[in-house]
Formats: sequence, structure tokens, C-alpha cells
Amino acid sequence: MSVNPNMDLTTVVDVTLTPEEKSAMDEVLSANRDRPGATMLVLTLVQEKVGYISPPMQAYIAKALGVPLSHIYGVLTFYSSFRMVPLGRHKISICLGTACYVRGGPMLIEKYQQVLGVKMGETTEDNRFTLEICRCVGACSQAPVVMIDEDILGRVSPADVSKSLRKYE
Amino acid sequence: MTYRANILISSSAPGAQAVEQALLEKIYEHHLDGEVQVMQAATLGPQAQGVELVIYPEGTHYVQLTPEDARLIVEEHLLKGRPIARLMFKGIEVEPLEAPASKEIRVVLRNVGKIDPGNIDDYIAVDGYGALGKVLTEMTPEQVLDELKRSGLRGRGGAGFPTHLKWTFARNAPGDEKFVICNGDEGDPGAFMNRRVLEGDPHAVIEGMAIAAYVIGARQGYFYVRAEYPIAISTLRLAIQQARDYGLLGNNILGTDFSFDLEVRMGAGAFVCGEETALMQSIEGARGMPTTRPPFPATKGLWAKPSNINNVETYANVPQIILKGGEWFASMGTEKSKGTKTFAIAGKVKRTGLIEVPLGVTIREIVYDVGGGILNDKKFKAVQTGGPMGGCIPEKYLDLPVDYENLAKVGSIMGSGGFVVMDEDTCMVDIARFFMEFTQDESCGKCVPCRVGTRRMLEILTDICEGRGQPGDIERLEAMAKYIARASLCGLGQGAPNPVLSTIENFRDEYEAHIYEKRCPAKVCKPLIEYIIDPETCIGCTRCARNCPVNAISGKPKQAHLIDPSVCVRCGICKQVCPVNAISIESEGKLAVG
Ligand SMILES: Cc1cc2nc3c(=O)[nH]c(=O)nc-3n(C[C@H](O)[C@H](O)[C@H](O)COP(=O)(O)O)c2cc1C
Ligand code: SF4
Ligand code: FES
Repeated sequence: MSVNPNMDLTTVVDVTLTPEEKSAMDEVLSANRDRPGATMLVLTLVQEKVGYISPPMQAYIAKALGVPLSHIYGVLTFYSSFRMVPLGRHKISICLGTACYVRGGPMLIEKYQQVLGVKMGETTEDNRFTLEICRCVGACSQAPVVMIDEDILGRVSPADVSKSLRKYE
Repeated sequence: MTYRANILISSSAPGAQAVEQALLEKIYEHHLDGEVQVMQAATLGPQAQGVELVIYPEGTHYVQLTPEDARLIVEEHLLKGRPIARLMFKGIEVEPLEAPASKEIRVVLRNVGKIDPGNIDDYIAVDGYGALGKVLTEMTPEQVLDELKRSGLRGRGGAGFPTHLKWTFARNAPGDEKFVICNGDEGDPGAFMNRRVLEGDPHAVIEGMAIAAYVIGARQGYFYVRAEYPIAISTLRLAIQQARDYGLLGNNILGTDFSFDLEVRMGAGAFVCGEETALMQSIEGARGMPTTRPPFPATKGLWAKPSNINNVETYANVPQIILKGGEWFASMGTEKSKGTKTFAIAGKVKRTGLIEVPLGVTIREIVYDVGGGILNDKKFKAVQTGGPMGGCIPEKYLDLPVDYENLAKVGSIMGSGGFVVMDEDTCMVDIARFFMEFTQDESCGKCVPCRVGTRRMLEILTDICEGRGQPGDIERLEAMAKYIARASLCGLGQGAPNPVLSTIENFRDEYEAHIYEKRCPAKVCKPLIEYIIDPETCIGCTRCARNCPVNAISGKPKQAHLIDPSVCVRCGICKQVCPVNAISIESEGKLAVG
């Protein structure tokens, strides 16, 4: 997804934002806009609250911080953990760090793709899961590792995959 | 408020949430919530022990817990004071890996798993903040620098730059406003020692940073921690708050005129942000692109002010050096590399986890004595150190003493201490491709040689792995490696070719087998292998067929099954689930296409 560079901030912004998005951003902005290095802080916190930073939200933040939209967009696209579209209800991150790679991470990717019927980076139709790759969550001694939301599952074998999904609705 | 008991529970183990919930419910049921405090730690011991918890003050360590066990612990141990022997950890307490007693020395990890990271009193009880007190009341900055110089401490973030020199530069740089920064980005995919220190002993790092701030004259410091470490981030925030409450951070620390405060900033998933100049760009709120050095951070760093940046482990060493003296620290290690180093042993070894050894132990000691040897008693092939900028060290160097100079001599680097062991089933061309994919993905794009060069190298490596390798590819890779290393701005581009160069140097035969015979000797590269079911061994249990993601396996129950190679995607799941080991991998070389 990209941002229309000609987007008119004053008109587009307010109509396309949901009240939740707006209030979350206002809250984060009012507490952090004057802190040094505000862009990263604001983006991180907004994403933490809302889960994504859509193009209208980017425009809103740019306006509030008084920086060009291109700056926000540039920062957002540089870091891999920012996203512009909502996640599924649960995020599955399969680790492909060195330790997990040599201990079977690629196999888990195949299996999760099969079980969920989506490819890496995609979200299931029922919006339940988003499948992603990550690079080392710092639990290498448990390799191969899968992270579902905040839970870290270690020593996952392909046979565990279906079971691992059960508790997430 | 003081609690009668503090419980630390490992929150990262599978099933931890259910256990914790059962524990809390029981605690409330018996109205113990005013007496017992439950806190999360990522893991309590590097050895995987399922869901674990430790009850302080006694330090009883329970492992492999189910929710039912947790309820029992509340009723028996907490309520009646009867510890449950059958659930206790049977190994050697707090020696997570059985290193030879004379080899393992814990300096950085000394408190990890022993003290409650969520309680500053625990840290103070083991001489915590004693070094800061000593520095502020008895030592001049010069004396601190002398002590550091005597210790020989070198940066643990990778390059091994002498810490006392770095601090001296920042101290001598003119300017009223200076910063200290702790690099907790730990991006090396295969390393997790900084995480353990931040989660297990956060105050040691805070204390080290405060001492650095005193020496260079900074009032503000930043932790930069990768977003993938949420527990480390919350542990640090809590620790900082507690230190403020005790007057160990903030204005007029310990009644002196030294003031210093700290803030935690999070990364957002960019490996290059571990590079110091990129990290500062990131704190400033920009894209994390490295900048040219000079100017070095010591003169022009964060917000163009003089800044000192060190790794987590570097700072964690400092309080001990102050308390025990530089000579003590320098008595460990080799001539040029002093002290201890933590390593994260991972990959194909029996015992994985964190260790801390004096520099100078050999690779063999780490792999066999500490790591317990290769998983399933397979054959050692190589150890990868230093992460994506490091190299693969082959068997002939098993007796090499590990220090900064020696690793560089054999084409690798110390890096942050990742130590990934590879066995005969690891394909070295595939590993080179894996690292190149990583660096290519993580290149910030500023320099053409790094941005485009890594992509071209990746293409060649992918071709080789997929059976399209051509004569001359090895030489092409070598030539490109040279140019990329020479013409890139930061360590990422400069080091990106290392995994390729070191695997070509040490495992050239594997490259040649791929290119000339279209054969993968380790039987890893998918287009070059085939999965085969041995009809004699197969018992027709249907497990493989049911687990195959692409339905490539046919066969009736109780009869030998067959894999259709034209459908098979070589995922290897069938081989893993087969109960009788009937499935093998072949790489004959004749399968190659194109
Ligand atoms: C691509 C790249 C990634 C790096 N990642 C880290 C890291 O994750 N942690 C770290 O401490 N140093 C990392 N470094 C090294 C830092 O630039 C810097 O040298 C280090 O933080 C200095 O600390 P020290 O003197 O305590 O070693 C990285 C360097 C490069 C070029
Ligand atoms: S070498 Fe690569 S990562 Fe480093 S600054 Fe240049 S392009 Fe960016
Ligand atoms: S490599 Fe997967 S957790 Fe470290």
C-alpha cells in the first residue's frame, strides 16, 4: 500500500479515521509530541495501541508533529515491525534466525502455510491469524521457535503445529 | 511493601500462561496475595526445563510444571511450608551448563537466575550499587579510567574496542551536554545473552551506565532495546523506576552533585540499527541509516552531542571491575583479550544455552565439554560465530583458543557471542545463502555495493543451491566479496561477504559438488534432493501421508507408502514424523535440472 503524495491532509484525514484511531493517536501525541525523537516513539506507541498505522493515520501524525508526510512514511517503511494494515486477531511469527534455521524453522513455515492455507505475510480469511517470519526472538536454545502473540513456543515440531493454534480464537 | 515470598516464573516456556494463572488463582483463593509476589522472568535457566519457577528467599527451583503442580506448590510449599521434592530441579543449581568447574566463571551472569530482577533490594544485597557509591565518593573519573585500563576490558558488542579509550574520548570531547547509550539491539540471529542480562540483572547494566555517565560527564542515558524483547523492556523500566525511588538515579545521586537519569527506547525491527550511528539516528526518530565516521559518536553522537555507546555486557562488567579491581579482571583471559565472555550456544549441540567462560578457552571445550557434543552423536562440521558478519570455523580449528584476535585470524569475528554449531547435516552453501539473504534484506540501502552487491551475491548463491550453478561462480563470488567489503560504509556491508568467503575457504568441495555434480552432500538443498521411503521398513502407519502438506504420499494403511517426487516440495516433515525411520534423503546428482 502506498500513500498518495497529493493527499490533502486537512480534508482527507478527519473523515477517514475511526474514533478509536483518533483518540488513540491523540492520547499518544499529547504525551509524547514534545519529547526528543518523537517520531519513533509516537509510531511505536500508536502501533502498540491500534495495531497498525494506516495512510490517513500517517497523515494525521505528520500534521500533529509538524513534519512532512514523507518523513513519517520513510520511517515507517524502514522498520519491519511497523505495519499499515491491521493484523489478524493473532500474529504467528516463525523464527528464521540462525539457530532456528538449522533446527527446522523452514519446515515449520511449510506446515503453518499448509494448516492455515495462507502464505507468509498473509492473514487468514476469517482474520484469525497473520503469518510472519521473524529473525531471532532471543530464545535460540529452544529452537525452532514460534511466537504466537506474546507466547513463545519452543522446540516446535511440525506435528505440534495444529495443536499450537487451538487456544487462540 | 515486603513480601514473605517472591516467585519468579518463566514466562516464555510453552504453557507458562496456564501455569501462572493456576498459581495466581490458588494464591488468591488462600488470600496469600498480600504475602506472596509473582513475577515473570523470560527463562530461569538456559537448559530447557519446561515451565519453571523459583521461590525466594529459599531459592527453591521447580521445573516441568503443569497447572496442577502449580496449585500443589501453593498448598504445600507456600501454605504449609513443605517443599515438594519431586518437582524440584535435579541438576546443579545455577550452573545451567556443566562447564568444567575450572572453566566457567560468572561475572556478567553472576546474578542471573539468582536474584529477583524485579526487586532492587536483591541486587543491593549482593553489593549492588556499591561500585557506584565507591566511584561517586572515593574516585575521580581519571581513577575510574585507570582501573578500566588495568582491567583490559574491551567492548563486547563485536569489535572489541578498549572501553577505557572510548570513555576517555567521550570525556575529553568538549560539550556541556553528553549522553551514554546502551546498545541492547542484539540483532545477531543466534544470540541471546544480552537479553538474559537485561531480564535477569538489569541493575548491573544501569549501574555500569551510571558510572560511565559520571566519567564522561553525562546527565542523560538511553537504553536501546529491540522490540522483540518485551520482557527485557518492562524489566528495565521497572528497574529504572526502583533506582529512582532509591535515589540511585535522578538528581544528586547519593547526596553528591552527580545527577543522571535513564530512558528506554525501543527498536522496531531493523538489524542495521545495532550499528552505533544507525542506532542514534533511530533514537532521534529517523530512519536508522549509518552515517560516516568520523565524526565518531564520542565527539558527535546523539543529537550531535558527545556520546558513549557500549554493549549491555560491556556495562555489566564495570561494577565488578570497580569493586574487585582491574587486576582481578585482567587475571582472566588471554594476553590481549581479558575477562570472560558470554556465549549463546545454539544449533546442533546436546546442551544449548548460555555460558560464560574466560576468553581463551578452545572451541572444542565449548562444543564438547560445555555443549555436551553434537546432537545425536553426529559429526561436527563447523561453528558459526559472530552472526551475519561472521564466519564458519571448520573442524581443523577446534583447538583454537577463542579470543578476538584468533577468531579474526580464521576468517570470523567474535561479534556479540553467538555460537551456532553445525553438523554433517548442515549444507554450508545453504548457510552462506541464508546469511546473504539476511544481510541483503537488512541492508539499509545507502551504499550501492551493499544494496546491489548483496543481492547479486544472493542470486548466485541461490542458483548454486538450486542446481543452476555455473563454472566460474565461485570466483565471481570471491571478486564481488572483495569489492563489497571494501566499498561499503558500515560494518554490515563490510562484513556481509564473510560467511561466503569463509565457507568457500573451508568448504570449497561443497560448492563444487553443487555446481559441477548438481549434488548437495549434506542433502539439504531442495532441488537437489529426493525423499524416498524404504518399502522394507515402512509399516504403513499413514502418518507421513497425513502430515504431508502437498499430498505427495500415497499408500494404503499397513502397506508401504510411496512419495511422488514431482509433487513433493521437500519439506522433510514426513521424515520427522515417521516412527520407524523408513524415510531417507538421496542426492545422487542426476536429478539436476537446467
Ligand atoms: C550491522 C551492525 C550491527 C551491530 N549490532 C550490534 C548489536 O546488536 N549490539 C551491539 O552491542 N553492538 C552491535 N554492533 C556494534 C556497534 O556498532 C558498536 O560497535 C557497539 O555497540 C559498541 O559497544 P562496545 O564498545 O561495548 O562493543 C553492530 C555493528 C554493526 C555494523
Ligand atoms: S554498508 Fe549497507 S547497511 Fe551499511 S550504510 Fe551502507 S548500505 Fe547501509
Ligand atoms: S534463532 Fe530463533 S530464537 Fe534465536
